Amino acid sequence: MAIAFKQESFRDDFSYRNSPENISRFPFPFDRDEYMYSVNMEPHVRGRPGTVFENLIDVDEHYVAEMHDRMLVLKEDPLRYQALPHMMNAQWDTLELLMEEQATGYPEHFTLTRNGDEWRWVNRPLGIDDTFTFGDVSTLPCEPFEYITRQAQGDFCIVDQRDGNLWMDAGMVTTQADWSLDFDIGMNFMEWHGPVPLAHQAGVFDRALKFLLNLQQGKPTRRFNWTMTINPRLDTSPENYHKWGPDRTTVTPENVAEKVHLRVELQSLWRLPRSNAILFVIRCYLMNMGELVTVPKWARRMPRVLRTLPPELIDYKGLTRYREDTINWLSKYDDGAPTSPGIFPD
Amino acid sequence: MSGGREIPVRVTKVTPVAERIKRFRFERLDGKPLPYFSGGAHVIVSMNDFGHIRRNAYSLMSPPHDCAAYEISVLHVEGSRGGSTFMHERVKEGDEMNVSYPVNLFQPDWRARKHLLIAGGIGITPFMAMMEQFTREGANFELHYAMRTRDRSAYWKELAERYGSQRIKIYCDAEGMTMPLDRLLDSQLLGTHLYVCGPSGMIDGVLRAGMEAGWPEQNLHSERFLSSLPGKPFTVELVRSGKTVRVGHHESMLEAIEAAGVDASFLCRGGACGQCETEVVNCDGKLLHHDVYLNDEEKAAGRKVMICVSRFEGKTLHLDL
Repeated sequence: MAIAFKQESFRDDFSYRNSPENISRFPFPFDRDEYMYSVNMEPHVRGRPGTVFENLIDVDEHYVAEMHDRMLVLKEDPLRYQALPHMMNAQWDTLELLMEEQATGYPEHFTLTRNGDEWRWVNRPLGIDDTFTFGDVSTLPCEPFEYITRQAQGDFCIVDQRDGNLWMDAGMVTTQADWSLDFDIGMNFMEWHGPVPLAHQAGVFDRALKFLLNLQQGKPTRRFNWTMTINPRLDTSPENYHKWGPDRTTVTPENVAEKVHLRVELQSLWRLPRSNAILFVIRCYLMNMGELVTVPKWARRMPRVLRTLPPELIDYKGLTRYREDTINWLSKYDDGAPTSPGIFPD
Repeated sequence: MSGGREIPVRVTKVTPVAERIKRFRFERLDGKPLPYFSGGAHVIVSMNDFGHIRRNAYSLMSPPHDCAAYEISVLHVEGSRGGSTFMHERVKEGDEMNVSYPVNLFQPDWRARKHLLIAGGIGITPFMAMMEQFTREGANFELHYAMRTRDRSAYWKELAERYGSQRIKIYCDAEGMTMPLDRLLDSQLLGTHLYVCGPSGMIDGVLRAGMEAGWPEQNLHSERFLSSLPGKPFTVELVRSGKTVRVGHHESMLEAIEAAGVDASFLCRGGACGQCETEVVNCDGKLLHHDVYLNDEEKAAGRKVMICVSRFEGKTLHLDL
């Protein structure tokens, strides 16, 4: 079925909204009433229709608007895309994976035709119809990784594997939750997770690294991460902190429903075939509290989760200033009834 | 989770290559292309030996960009535990088998200014795929290939023809030739990465020489597949599944555990990758660690064991499986 792509903004007038159908497919990340750190990885396999797991690379009603926002971010700051020279193989691997998955999942919107190394890519929502030679950079308007990630929702990091570690050596990062590719590029797994509190002590990163080093081709894996953002702003980079940081002081009991957004990252991890690198796809979903409480189970669970957060996390996720107001507003929708296990609406 | 995903294939060609070496070509049963892979990758080949499943890792030697088929070469090992004998004596063209998705534990460092490849005997196979990939990508490489005799060694003639005598150097023991390792190590371009694959003694020697010549450890790469050594039979108790498993003289713990119907995870089955790391719940006796994954401290602590290659001598061993 064709997706009705929305025209909306993630800045200035913030016209981004979720349709009722899109709310019901939102990947609510909490499977119980309290939040605990865990490695929480599971196989990234196709799941039920009508959820974000229906396809392995998800495309939704925000696709066209997100790609437009990415273009604006890159125009202002080209360093949001970077790839070190030894990652060219991995760039082509990524282009192939994203084209294949989008064309398989959404044949009415994307078509990939392969004739040996001569490929034709048709992207109808963005009006693109290009023919190029796979492996020959000169046949594309820009590097293959940049080319395809200007046409795919989410942030993308490609990490090289060597010396028993993973190195962030390429990325397209324009929708991040307060971290910077320009700062992290060239760092290894432990270095770029340096600032995360609690998880290091719990050994979470040691276990996660070990798991990822053995990630297998043909067996992608996924996990959730989450935070909260004021206003539906995709680009919450450190570079633009002066724009989004002050937003956090603007939350009042009256505007929680519209302003406070749950920001969910569905991260999928793929072993790439030609380069043996790993592709991290960090797909960001935003939903405001007014939309969230239209699902009764989530309306009950959300304030309970926020109440049980350890202080270090409240601080790290930047929730300090508006957590109280948000819990108070949400509590009206918590009737005290038990919630069912799992993340899906009842 | 057990091993990598498996792909049903047919053996479409068996070619004798040299004394005791055969090449096998696999194509997918469903006629589709096989997954791409990177030079240095291996697959696990599953052999159905009258209902007993043997699984061995073999380096992929076919060009990585050619997904019509996978090719491996198998040396018939003297004193084989069964895998190489099975491949040599039982596998015929037309047979159906399973191979895993490729796994690469010997990935070239893509940053290298130059790749210096050192092969001994059947250790040539991962380099065949690497050299194809380097050529396609215009990377600088050089192969030094040591062998006992020419008639017992594979592919030296083809390689010399394909890449030329500037890139391919052959050293034949029987003809009194030795690899000038020290000179090689001293004369490389800054940013060269060295890769060695061959008999264990050779790998140790090359790595030691590299360190002594002042090479950074990160620029020295090796791949050795250890096979599970034979030893005295013993018994393992699996705490979670409640099973008692007898490990035979020629069997590995992993094989015996799989035969008992318990799913254990693995990737390389050669003591290198760490995937089959298993918690030791209780151990009254001596663990015989044969892997290269755990460090000396971990081996001495005795709380973990790599069940693909390690053994046990003593009274009781309880594993968290």
